Amino acid sequence: MSKATITKNNYQIPIGPVHPALKEPVFFEFELDGERIVDVNLKLGHVHRGIEWASRKRNPVQILYLAERICGICSYCHPIAFSLAVESAADIQVPERAEYLRVIHGEIERICSHILWAGVAAHEIGFDTVLYLSWQIREKTLDLTEFLTGNRVTKGITMIGGVRRDITPDMIPKIQETLKYLKDNFEKIRHIFLDDKTVKMRTKVCGILTKEDALKLCAVGPLARSSGVKKDVRVDSSYFAYGDLDIDYITPDILTGEINGDVYDRIIVRLLEIKQSIDLIEQCLDKLPAGPIVAEPKIPKLLAQLKKVNGEGVGRHEAPRGEVIHYVKLDGINEAPFSWKVRAPTYNNILPWIPMLKGQQIADIPIVAASTDPCMSCTNRVGIVKDGNMYEMNKEQLHKLSIEKTRRLML
Amino acid sequence: MTEGKILTTEEIVKYFTDEFKTKIIDVKIKKRSAGIKKNITPYIWMKIDKSAFKDIIKHLFTLHYPQLSVISGNDLGNTIELIYHFSINYGQRMNETILNISVDLPKSNPEIETICDYMPGALISEREKQEFLGVKIIGIPDKRRLFLPDEFPEGVYPWRRDETGPEKLYRNLHEAKK
Repeated sequence: MSKATITKNNYQIPIGPVHPALKEPVFFEFELDGERIVDVNLKLGHVHRGIEWASRKRNPVQILYLAERICGICSYCHPIAFSLAVESAADIQVPERAEYLRVIHGEIERICSHILWAGVAAHEIGFDTVLYLSWQIREKTLDLTEFLTGNRVTKGITMIGGVRRDITPDMIPKIQETLKYLKDNFEKIRHIFLDDKTVKMRTKVCGILTKEDALKLCAVGPLARSSGVKKDVRVDSSYFAYGDLDIDYITPDILTGEINGDVYDRIIVRLLEIKQSIDLIEQCLDKLPAGPIVAEPKIPKLLAQLKKVNGEGVGRHEAPRGEVIHYVKLDGINEAPFSWKVRAPTYNNILPWIPMLKGQQIADIPIVAASTDPCMSCTNRVGIVKDGNMYEMNKEQLHKLSIEKTRRLML
Repeated sequence: MTEGKILTTEEIVKYFTDEFKTKIIDVKIKKRSAGIKKNITPYIWMKIDKSAFKDIIKHLFTLHYPQLSVISGNDLGNTIELIYHFSINYGQRMNETILNISVDLPKSNPEIETICDYMPGALISEREKQEFLGVKIIGIPDKRRLFLPDEFPEGVYPWRRDETGPEKLYRNLHEAKK
C-alpha cells in the first residue's frame, strides 16, 4: 500500500484479499473521505491455481472433473461450458433428451445459487433470520440435486456429448414435489425482500450501475440485466433446449416499471429468475423427449474420436452470475487440449464494482459487493490506515458497522 | 452507444470482407443447432491481419455495441495468437452472433493496440494477456499486474511454450520457495 497518498482528509482502507462479503479472495484498496468512498483500486489472483495449466496433462474427460472444481457453487456451469466448447470443436451432436436434462440441471443450480445469494445479502445487512429462512429453502433444492445426481455440490453429471445420469419417470414426482415447495415459499421470500421497509432503505439508490457503464464495462448476468441491458445467453442464442422453451429477459421494469440499476433492482432480477427457473424446469418435464442421454457412451471411443480432432470451439452458458465462456483448442495430435481458457462471469463483473462503490459509505461495502454475487471468498481482517497509523478492523466489526446502519435507518 | 441496423451473420461477414478485403485472412461461419426445433447459433471465426486490427474493431463498434466475452491466447511457436471473443446483436430472442476475431503477433515483436478506448471493460482481459502471454498492449491505461503476484519473476509468462514459459518454476517448486 502506498502511504504517500494519505492526506489529512483522505485515508485508505485495504479490504481483502479475504473479505466478509466475498466468497473468494480479492483485494480492494479504498480511498476514503470520512465515511465516503472516493476511489477504489483492486487486485486479483489470490486463488489463481493454474487450472488451465493443469489441463495440459489431462484428457478432455478428466478436465470435466477439474472444471467442476473451479468453483463450488458453479460446479455445473464450468464443465458444461467446457463440454459445449469441445462439442463445437469436434462437431458432436448432443441427443435431444440430454439437451433437456442439461437445462433441468442448469436451472436447479441457478435456484440454489440465487437463494444462497439472497441469504448472504440478508446477512450483510444484519437480517439473519432471513438468512436461515432462505437457506432452509435452499436445503430442499440441494436435496433434489443429491437425489438427481448423487451429490450435493460437485455433481459429476456432465459428459461430453450428453449427461451421465437419466431422469426416470419414477423420479419426476420428487422433482414436482420440490418445485411445489419452492413455489409455496417463493411468496414468503418475495414479500420479505421486496416489501420490507428496512431492506428497501438499505438497497434502494445504493450501488448504482448505469446502463451505459454496464455496457462499457462488459457486465454480465443479473448485474447487467438489473441495469437494463438485455443480455442472457439462454435467450440470445440457442443451446441446450433453451431454443425450444418459452423464456424472456428478466429486467426490473417487469415488476416496477422502472430501471434504477441499484441493489434493490438486483434483488428483483434474482428473485424473478428463481421463478423463471422453476417454470423452465416444468416446461422441460412436460416436453422431455425420449431417447439416449449421451452421444457416445463408450469413453475410450469418445477419447479416441476427440484425439483426432483438429479445431477450436467456444462454449457459452448462462451461469447464475452471468455468461460463462470456455475456449478450447484441440490439435489432433495430443489427447490433452492444446489450450483451454476459462472465463467466469465475475471476471467481467469486477470492473463495474468501481462505479458502484464510488460515493458509497464504508457500511455499504458488504451489501454492494455482495449484490454482484461475486464468485470469490471471505475475509477475516480489514486494516485501516488513518494518518499513517494502522488500525485493524476484523470481519465482525465491519459486519457490525453494516448492522448499525440498518438499525439507524429503522429508528 | 451506436446502434446500427441489425445485420445477419452472412451480412456481417460480407461487411468486413468488402471493407478490408485481403486484410481478412480467413473467415469461417460455423452453425450449431440445438434442441428439438434445431434452432441455430452462428459463430464467425475471422482471422485478420494485425495491421488492420484497430480499424476492424472501429468498424465493429459501428455495427452494434458488442460485448467482449474474453480475449484468449495461444502460443503457436513463431507467433502468438490472440482471439477476441465478441458477441453482437444480443438483446433479441436467438439473434446473437458470436464473432471470434483472431490476430497473429510475431514473437519477435508481440505488440497490439489496446481496445480500452472503445470498451473500457477490456482492461482486465488485456492486463491478463500482458502478464500471461508476454504481449505488449500499446496504450493500455493500466499496466500493472492483475493476477500474478508481485514477487513472480519478470520475463516468465505462464502460457508461453518456449524458454520464457513457466517450466523452470514448476519443475523446481522447492527452489521457487527459497
